[in-house]
Amino acid sequence: MSANNYLYLSAILFTIGAVGVVVRRNAIVVFMCVELMLNAANLTLVTFSRINGTLDGQVVAFFTMVVAACEVVVGLAIIVTIYRSRRSASIDDASLLKR
Amino acid sequence: MQPLLTIQGPETALFWVLAPLSIVAAIGMLLVKKAVHSALLLAWVMITEAIFYIAQDALFLGIVQVVVYTGAVMMLFLFILMLVGVDSSDSLTETITGLRPIAITAAVGFGGLLVSLLGRATLGREAVGLEAANASGNVQGLAELLFSKYVWPFEVVSALLITAALGAMVLAHHQRTNPRPSQREQAVNRFRTGSLAAAAGLPGPGVFARHNAVDVPALLPDGTPAPTSISATLKARGDVIDSSQFQLDNVDTSIVEEK
Repeated sequence: MSANNYLYLSAILFTIGAVGVVVRRNAIVVFMCVELMLNAANLTLVTFSRINGTLDGQVVAFFTMVVAACEVVVGLAIIVTIYRSRRSASIDDASLLKR
Repeated sequence: MQPLLTIQGPETALFWVLAPLSIVAAIGMLLVKKAVHSALLLAWVMITEAIFYIAQDALFLGIVQVVVYTGAVMMLFLFILMLVGVDSSDSLTETITGLRPIAITAAVGFGGLLVSLLGRATLGREAVGLEAANASGNVQGLAELLFSKYVWPFEVVSALLITAALGAMVLAHHQRTNPRPSQREQAVNRFRTGSLAAAAGLPGPGVFARHNAVDVPALLPDGTPAPTSISATLKARGDVIDSSQFQLDNVDTSIVEEK
């Protein structure tokens, strides 16, 4: 087995996450799919760090985790705020700008 | 010259066992109806990724993945799921016609493109492992990079964390735009709006001799179930039992209760 298999796995996971963002309607599930995509990108970074023999990729993956944590905190706060005013966690219902 | 990368048998076996499981869990995340089940499947995907990190000589990131993602982030997700509750957004019906086939076709194309690109790309040299870089320990090697080469991004990220915490506090802060109604105003409103029957309070759920729970609607005097006697959350979850089976005509009276 070569280390490329990890890259294939992360490509597949990234694609599945992208489908979830498009297909699902619950804002929280959409958000979880974004997390899945970020995780897949992290797996790529760690694998390339191993292939290149340097730790730089792992440091960048570490920064990605911190940014993802910030993103989750702010994103979930936005979802809760929207839920509080519109009583719905569906991304189809937040369409005030359309009308 | 660093030693070339050789992947041992145990890691190969680990990969071929866990990679299909994580892909199945990720696909299941899209297919299950309830958001809580999606969250649990995502937690499983994250745990397998932590195992992959540890298998790839990224011990620190593996531990951080478990602590930050499966610990903190998924806990936050489940907490918000409990707060928001169950509603129509959990259903899997298509709102935009043809979205699902288009999305799946595009995904197959995109994924196929990525995988075939990765399969054809060459590094121009042999892959090397992390034995040399991890010679004095993975955590020590990471710390050396983090506090020398990446010290400026590290500081910027700390500023980002503080900003995010502040932003979450500002967003979660709830300011009343209109004064809170007093008890007297609430009582007046109850009689002015809606029917007089509703003003007396909503009916409680059905309590029958054979079933004593909140998931059965009460029966009105004419024998029809009263929809207002059931919590809206139970209705959204589909956990409401048909109360007609507890009607007097349908009860099997031949069964004699034991003393």
